[in-house]
Amino acid sequence: MTHLVILPVLLPLIAGSLLLLAAPLGAAACRAIGLAATLVLLPLALLLLDRVADGAYLVYALGDWAPPFGIVLVADRLAAVMLLLTALVALASLVYAGSGDDTRGPQYHALFQFQLLGINGAFLTGDLFNLFVFFEVLLIASYALLLHGLGARRVGAAIHVVVLNLVGSALFLFAVGTLYGVTGTLNFADLARIVPLLGPDVAPLARSGALLLLGVFALKAAVLPLGFWLPRAYAAATGATAALFAVLTKVGVYAILRVYPLVFGPGAGEVASVATAWVLPAALVTLAFGALGVLAARTLRTSAGWMVVYSVGTLLVAVGLFSEAGYAAAVYYTAHSTLASAALFLVSDLVARQRVVGGDRFEVVDAMPHGVVLGTLFFVTAVTIAGLPPLSGFVGKLLVLQAAGTAPGAVVIWSVLLGAALLVIVAVARAGSALFWRTATEASAGPALDGRSVGAIVGLLACVVGLVAWGGAATSYAWSTARQLADPSGYVAAVLGADASARERRRSLR
Amino acid sequence: MEALVAIAIGVLTGSGVYLMLRARTFPVLLGLTLLSYAVNLFLFVSGRLVVASAPLTDQGLQAYPDPIPQALVLTAIVIGFGMTALLVVLALRAISDTGGDHVDGGER
Repeated sequence: MTHLVILPVLLPLIAGSLLLLAAPLGAAACRAIGLAATLVLLPLALLLLDRVADGAYLVYALGDWAPPFGIVLVADRLAAVMLLLTALVALASLVYAGSGDDTRGPQYHALFQFQLLGINGAFLTGDLFNLFVFFEVLLIASYALLLHGLGARRVGAAIHVVVLNLVGSALFLFAVGTLYGVTGTLNFADLARIVPLLGPDVAPLARSGALLLLGVFALKAAVLPLGFWLPRAYAAATGATAALFAVLTKVGVYAILRVYPLVFGPGAGEVASVATAWVLPAALVTLAFGALGVLAARTLRTSAGWMVVYSVGTLLVAVGLFSEAGYAAAVYYTAHSTLASAALFLVSDLVARQRVVGGDRFEVVDAMPHGVVLGTLFFVTAVTIAGLPPLSGFVGKLLVLQAAGTAPGAVVIWSVLLGAALLVIVAVARAGSALFWRTATEASAGPALDGRSVGAIVGLLACVVGLVAWGGAATSYAWSTARQLADPSGYVAAVLGADASARERRRSLR
Repeated sequence: MEALVAIAIGVLTGSGVYLMLRARTFPVLLGLTLLSYAVNLFLFVSGRLVVASAPLTDQGLQAYPDPIPQALVLTAIVIGFGMTALLVVLALRAISDTGGDHVDGGER
């Protein structure tokens, strides 16, 4: 058994705890520790990616308690690629925060590490209850990061987020209780083994548990009608925090992608394909509404928030097809949209900071200081996020369209996808011209651009370009991930052992 | 006994949801607390109710309560308590920052 699997959880935990104690050493020391700990996550994620690239499942039983009784962490292709994305976005966001955001309130770096602990744990966990626990860890860190620097606008937005997520947690526990009551297990692999055996007498209970769970994941992923909290909250957060939050909605999507094909897939007997009827319609509504939100936004940061809703919609269209092609498109699009949304949040924060008059509002004011650099960054980000060729948004959208092409209702899916894409192109074009072209006077003197902030954005955009430059490798990885997701038997065998059905199990009560 | 527990969970959930739909932070907070009580009870009974038996297990005993829901409910209580504490602090902060206890900030 390799201990590599638990390191992405353990490292932020240790670093975060150290950072709590390191506060007296000063901001520079904390920044260095935080950066070092985040930097190490990158080679770790790459190493894990390399280990699972051949289709292996790395199973780590904590304390060597055999599954399904103990707690397991499982790394497969999907988990590894999510870890890598998290590490990349976290690094860029932390470098960006180093330009001053991190000293606006206490313990920024410790909270950042705890946030990473929650995210990495949620990607690696192999059972439903620990998914809940890691969700709570990442949520409580995200509340604190959202409030970082305070101010009335942030407190107002944070109350909504906290109350909504507490209701979400309560529903999550109702779902967990229902599923446990029916199946007697919470381990994903064990659930996948037992759920198909459920009789028609308990199947309605299992179905309601599964759909309740879907509601919770949809709330985390900001799927409409449960996603109206997101734009306001993300626009209120500092830029670096909002960039990291670009990963948080993907945790919700990841959970859907992890649980539904595995446990409630087409082979799940009475409960088979329970989510199929719900995900696609919700995704299309989210997509359309997200695009309208982008168009209606009056500041760049609010529009970036709606852009997240829009990209979650696109992503869930791919997931909602529940086909191999759909999963492949979803994996590629996740990588693209996480990096691109993070870059957009950083760019809009930088614009708001540089534009002394007007901030990031779409108003005609003095020309932007350092307009060429900022304009170029905004242009590349906008091209990516609007899905125009030649960058990764285009490839991602193409994969989604291709996957939807053979599905029933393809006409509707294609029209909504393309119509929403048009709205987004109009919106980003309007935003760009309002911010950079339609100016009243010559550029006023703004604060100097600092290298860290620009470097962080350039780094994220370089990853986006890399997704296209090595597009062949990226799509073939996405396809092999999709094959793994579409065939859950490998996951079950890796976690429970090949003789799972013969295993003696505690069932005396039932 | 099942009916009694089920009614208790239902009443707690119903009152919790009603209070959460109020526009002031304090009733919302109380509502969330009631909802988390309901959740904890629900989780606890997901291992089935057993009358007149050893709390965990005993030698030679055939029927004993399922210990997993008890562990789950402990975790859920701790997390729920922490979250509620955070929300209390946040609500107090909102009163001082926005000048009111309306959930949308300020006095409406």
